[in-house]
Amino acid sequence: MKGWMGKSKVIFLLGSLALILAGCGKENLSALRPKGYGADSSMNLIILSIIIMTFVFIVVMLVYVVVLSRFRKKKGQEDYIPRQVEGNKTLETIWTVIPIILVIILAVPTVVATFDLANETGSEDGLNIEVTGNQYWWHFNYEGQEIQTSQDMYIPVGEEVHLNMVSSDVIHSFWVPSLSGKMDANPENENNMYIEAHEEGVYWGKCAELCGPSHSLMDFKVIAVSPEEFDQWVDDMQSVDPDEEPEDSVAQDGKAAFEENSCMGCHAIGSSPAQVGPNLTAFGDRSQIAGILEPTKENLVDWIMDPESIKPGNKMTGNYPDLSEEEADSIAEYLMQLQPSEVTPESAGD
Amino acid sequence: MSIAATQKRGFGAVLWDYLTTVDHKKIGILYLIGGGFFFLIGGLEALFVRIQLLVPENDFISAGFYNEMFTMHGTTMIFLAVMPLLIGLMNYIMPLQIGARDVAFPFLNSLGLWLFIFGGVLLNCSWFLGGAPDSGWTAYAPLSLQSPGHGIDFYVMGLQLSGAGTLIGGINFLVTVVTMRAPGMTYMRMPLFTWATFITSVLILFAFPALTVNLFLLMFDRMFGSAFFDVALGGNTVIWQHLFWLFGHPEVYILILPAFGLFSDVFSTFSKKRLFGYTAMVFATVLIAFLGFMVWAHHMFTVGLGPVANSIFAIATMAIAVPTGIKIFNWLATMWGGSITINSSMLWALGFIPTFTIGGMTGVMLASAVADYQYHDTYFVVAHFHYVMVGGTVFGIMSALHYWWPKMFGRILHEGMGKITFWTFFIGFHLTFFVQHFLGLMGMPRRYWVFLEEQGLDTGNLVSSIGAFLMSIGVIVFLINIFYTIKSKKAPADPWDGRSLEWSIPSPPPHYNFKQEPLVRGLDPLWIEKMEGKGKMTAAEPLDDIHMPNSTIVPFIMSVGFFIAGFGFIYQVDHSAWLSAVYVGMAIALGAMAFRSLKDDHGHHITKEELEREAD
Repeated sequence: MKGWMGKSKVIFLLGSLALILAGCGKENLSALRPKGYGADSSMNLIILSIIIMTFVFIVVMLVYVVVLSRFRKKKGQEDYIPRQVEGNKTLETIWTVIPIILVIILAVPTVVATFDLANETGSEDGLNIEVTGNQYWWHFNYEGQEIQTSQDMYIPVGEEVHLNMVSSDVIHSFWVPSLSGKMDANPENENNMYIEAHEEGVYWGKCAELCGPSHSLMDFKVIAVSPEEFDQWVDDMQSVDPDEEPEDSVAQDGKAAFEENSCMGCHAIGSSPAQVGPNLTAFGDRSQIAGILEPTKENLVDWIMDPESIKPGNKMTGNYPDLSEEEADSIAEYLMQLQPSEVTPESAGD
Repeated sequence: MSIAATQKRGFGAVLWDYLTTVDHKKIGILYLIGGGFFFLIGGLEALFVRIQLLVPENDFISAGFYNEMFTMHGTTMIFLAVMPLLIGLMNYIMPLQIGARDVAFPFLNSLGLWLFIFGGVLLNCSWFLGGAPDSGWTAYAPLSLQSPGHGIDFYVMGLQLSGAGTLIGGINFLVTVVTMRAPGMTYMRMPLFTWATFITSVLILFAFPALTVNLFLLMFDRMFGSAFFDVALGGNTVIWQHLFWLFGHPEVYILILPAFGLFSDVFSTFSKKRLFGYTAMVFATVLIAFLGFMVWAHHMFTVGLGPVANSIFAIATMAIAVPTGIKIFNWLATMWGGSITINSSMLWALGFIPTFTIGGMTGVMLASAVADYQYHDTYFVVAHFHYVMVGGTVFGIMSALHYWWPKMFGRILHEGMGKITFWTFFIGFHLTFFVQHFLGLMGMPRRYWVFLEEQGLDTGNLVSSIGAFLMSIGVIVFLINIFYTIKSKKAPADPWDGRSLEWSIPSPPPHYNFKQEPLVRGLDPLWIEKMEGKGKMTAAEPLDDIHMPNSTIVPFIMSVGFFIAGFGFIYQVDHSAWLSAVYVGMAIALGAMAFRSLKDDHGHHITKEELEREAD
């Protein structure tokens, strides 16, 4: 009996803990579970403002409850005329001055944090990534490193990574809630922000500015790995030879089909900066296909055969000749074998 | 002409009467009918959105259709539902509250109404003509530039028309308040609803031109090959956002200030007390309106304006909390020590206090720029503005409808159904929107067609959708209430023991409102007379002939002309033959203007004898 009780207690404890944590959203997606410098900064202000505002709400509700319980019209007092009070200078001064003080308490740290997050020093020697928003995917160009990736952005843990953002078409907004707040990618000018991850992990990113039918499908990942793994990843990515023949014959056919159907017109493998479509260098290592599908070959075949059914309004639909199921299969095989690095999302614990 | 005379006439005659009317009360009712109709459409669109988001990866509607749904939901609710409902109330009530017989420009009043109606119809025609606008109610460039089809063109032309109507209405209210107050009705004796109407009209006067200009820029870019927002040709897309929010932020105060004014009247009436801190309330309204213009860039914290701009706009935004706080506490103080009657109208006002306090709190939270980097464009924002727009404005409209229904239609809405409406709507509302704060912080951006499985967003969205259905039930009960009330007993002139001038005349009022202009001796003029045992207003003038404007169909025809020209502008892109529609439409509109300008219309007089006859 005692053992059973003990067990139920543990289950209850774990259960309630799970409920509470579930209340904070999915790990590595929720802004309520900050794991980066910018997200910490936002979280501190969120907590401060919630404390102040809860105080205000409680005061308002206390008065409200008292008013409603004490001053309802009572039976037998239908003709009662309350005293017609004009106002009260003292009271009105109090509820003017106190909110001003509360606002100042919130305003000062807000301004400090605003300037802190806009701090751009260190971008000279640090890691700079040019981020380009596209309908409906993200391009990452590691400046000075000759590395181009799409959808998955690798960063070293504990370092400030500077992001320089633009858009190639409409306005997008780069948002990785657990690492930092968002920043718009505009077509006309470059926006800057920096992110810093405290711990390894695969962080979910989303586009936050309406950008067309597939706006809600424009997911991407930021993969934070240890600095050593990151250096290795850089080496691996830099030594990719885009012309290397795959080993098995299906993948070889796939490479041929990939070239014949002019996929290279939009995509690129290696450090070529082509940006009409995503760079596919490390496609086989990606945590997801098209940002949203499980990384299986079947899903990739579906995507190649009919991208419109998966991401409406994307720019791949109709831009290459019809493929047979067999061709799509071989291309998928080829792409899934593009795994240039030992460092993958699994390295970051995904 | 009394209501009995109206009932004897046939449907055609009534229709003609309403098409040609320049009576501010009938125009007010038409605004309410138009706004109410669009409110139902906007609500239906919201239901489509919530059904799509009932479960993860739902495919109830397609991505493109979904974008049209929420775009039209937002556009409809802001421009075609909530604002017209408020303008309808202002139109009906404000002249009564200042003791006027009509508005300053009855012809313009009618023109404003028909421009709004035809603008709204034009916009909604897009559903049947190839697709509605799909770039959000904010229509950010360049997404709105590259949007295929004519959806955005309908947005541009529809809003331009109805926006012109609103601007005309605003100017009319301003002049009415300045010039047509009854003897003794000084500015500092005006009821808060009238004050709110006045300040709101100032906001309309300054905010709408920004929208007009912006819509013209977009129109030229889309229809005539200019490049204001085309980056490749040296344009700038952020300009759209600045101009849009320069209009769009004051717009939310255009929506909330009338509700503030209305609640001030309702709290004092049903507490049987004069408004606490009247002067402070007036100045708080003015201050909120002024600050409302200074804070537009808080919608743009993540655009990349830099820390200086972000800090300035953050602090300016937080400052709005101070006058708003003054208002909340003054309302509480108004009730304090009072004798509070809780009926349907007061329930909405009481429900407003906690709801709007939450909305205001999240507003201050959003003002904190760095925290906003997380909230921006997520469901947190969706939750916030619904707490303000529904919890403030829609609650206000519902309170106002229950409050003024007897004045407007001579019948009192059913109390039981009123309470059912309130509680289902109130509970549904909080179910729908409270969880959305958390959804946003848990990583759900707004305007998402689907949310993916296993991202922790399922439960919140399900709860939210259930709440939306509850709200619909509330609205349906309210509709039943309206139809039920048609046959209920007649309302007296002053059913709530009211304080302001509208309660001193019969329900519904005769079309000349006041047989004799009342003499106003202070704030809450009717209350003063009742306290001194008179019970009715003292006349400020002898009984004499009343001059009233004539009915006219010209505003309607002018609006039809613009409506036709709108189609021409939209379709001339496809084929230049459509330019003929532009010419025809503009010819009709300009012809109507010429007719109006060249033909003298001196109005008519209601003779003293007629007035004496009707009094019996």
